[in-house]
Amino acid sequence: MPLANNTTDERGIAMTTSTGTKTGTDIPQAIVKQRNLSWWISGLIVAAVAAFIAQSLYVNPNIAWPVVGEFILSPRILNGLWTTLELAVLSQAIAIVLGLVISLMRLSSNPVAGAVSRGYIWLFRGTPLLVQILLWGNFALFYDQITLGIPFTGVTFASWPTNEVITTFVAAVLGLALHEAAYMAEIIRSGIMSVGYGQTEAAQALGLTRGQMMSRVVVPQALRIIVPPTGNQFIQMLKMTSLVAVIAGGDLLTVAQNISAVNLQTIELLIVATVWYLLVTSIASAGQALLERRLGRSIRRQKDRGNKTARGRAS
Amino acid sequence: MVAMDSVQKWFGKLHVLQDIDLQITPGEVVVVIGPSGSGKSTLCRTINRLETIDEGVIAVDGQELPKEGKSLAGLRADVGMVFQQFNLFAHKTVLENVTLGPIKVRKHSKADADRKAHEQLRRVGVDDQANKYPAQLSGGQQQRVAIARALAMEPKVMLFDEPTSALDPEMIKEVLDSMVDLAKQGMTMVVVTHEMGFARTAAHRVSFMADGRLVEENTPNEFFTNPQSDRAKDFLGKILEH
Repeated sequence: MPLANNTTDERGIAMTTSTGTKTGTDIPQAIVKQRNLSWWISGLIVAAVAAFIAQSLYVNPNIAWPVVGEFILSPRILNGLWTTLELAVLSQAIAIVLGLVISLMRLSSNPVAGAVSRGYIWLFRGTPLLVQILLWGNFALFYDQITLGIPFTGVTFASWPTNEVITTFVAAVLGLALHEAAYMAEIIRSGIMSVGYGQTEAAQALGLTRGQMMSRVVVPQALRIIVPPTGNQFIQMLKMTSLVAVIAGGDLLTVAQNISAVNLQTIELLIVATVWYLLVTSIASAGQALLERRLGRSIRRQKDRGNKTARGRAS
Repeated sequence: MVAMDSVQKWFGKLHVLQDIDLQITPGEVVVVIGPSGSGKSTLCRTINRLETIDEGVIAVDGQELPKEGKSLAGLRADVGMVFQQFNLFAHKTVLENVTLGPIKVRKHSKADADRKAHEQLRRVGVDDQANKYPAQLSGGQQQRVAIARALAMEPKVMLFDEPTSALDPEMIKEVLDSMVDLAKQGMTMVVVTHEMGFARTAAHRVSFMADGRLVEENTPNEFFTNPQSDRAKDFLGKILEH
């Protein structure tokens, strides 16, 4: 049995060492920073401040906690939450697909595609999301009919009133997705560019077609770069859906505000919304961590044997 | 097997390939040597059109190189290539690296491809690493996997673009050994290298390049003992001094 004993050197760093009976040499097993008095005091102060804030919120007479409890699981709130989730997932999905197209246009050698891509990003990244949502919500004011036909010829197949096609939900998705696509395009582009040129050359040399090269070699490696910021974007998207409250989008915040407009419990319903937003963003964060771990497999193993890798790659 | 006829290439104003004529017969091992910047890597890379040419004709197995698209991909499948930087697919295991081409391009079944991949990996002595990722291997092992990956496509000709230049001296031998075995088994090979020892033992012909031209071609023995051109004498004088 190895013996364990704790020693502290002159710099105040505690060292746990064990003595192997076979070799008799000291093998340091862990170096732990000593927890001195200031460590305890600063911790206590922070904990005290946090406890004070929590207590003041809890006992605050202006917050009726029973009201929070009453509405947190009410069908109307859950309905709004569902709309929020629908908006976020649908918008993010559209944004990823559209962003991929825009990034591929940007990376293509075709100057027209490149210019359109840059123009799209310039327009949708350069204007506030709130303004974009308001524009989509009022789309009928500048196009009262939406027509399917052949451009420039006057030939039309079908026509609908704008307000029937672009419902509030559609306007909300358009606003969120088109704005997000501009960001996703840049994220995906950076991911694709991070894959070394040697990888595409090797794929070409094997005789893979362009499509196979992208789907089998480039995109899987780009994902490792793309996924972490995309997770951030999705968490942000969950929160940004609240902006559609300005066009009465029926999301969590819209519902909470509708309820408080009647019962005047403004803070309580905002707390209800806050709790739900925190919960869904926490779940999304956990999901992101899982996904990243899965995608990092080949790299993580690389770190495990960093020395060997460094030697092999030296040129 | 490979025929280059009056090939010209410019990088901007730089005339990197000047009037290249090169005929390689099946089973022949041609080693291309020459000083840095002489165009030997570029020459090697034009044979599977990783570099385009401006004038002239390159044909592989009697077929002129297609410009692009599916037919070019089809031709590249018949030409194995080994790179200086290995370029193994970083997200795939060794086995997956070797089976990707046979499955996706040759349309072999996975079981078939796996079996043949193990065969090729055994041939270059890295079959015990089949389930590792490239980053877990030494440079020499990675390059041997790259050779196996190219061989798994059952190519008609193999191109080696400075295959040992990124390796530590101790790892160069294991890669060269694999290449010598391959040469003995009758593979048609074009090898760009600085390894004069390999040129002496395995090459049927040494092609010496300088300033974008094929200056001299001869058997290794003749070339190393009795170089004809001043350019080659100068080059050999420099590298054989130390």
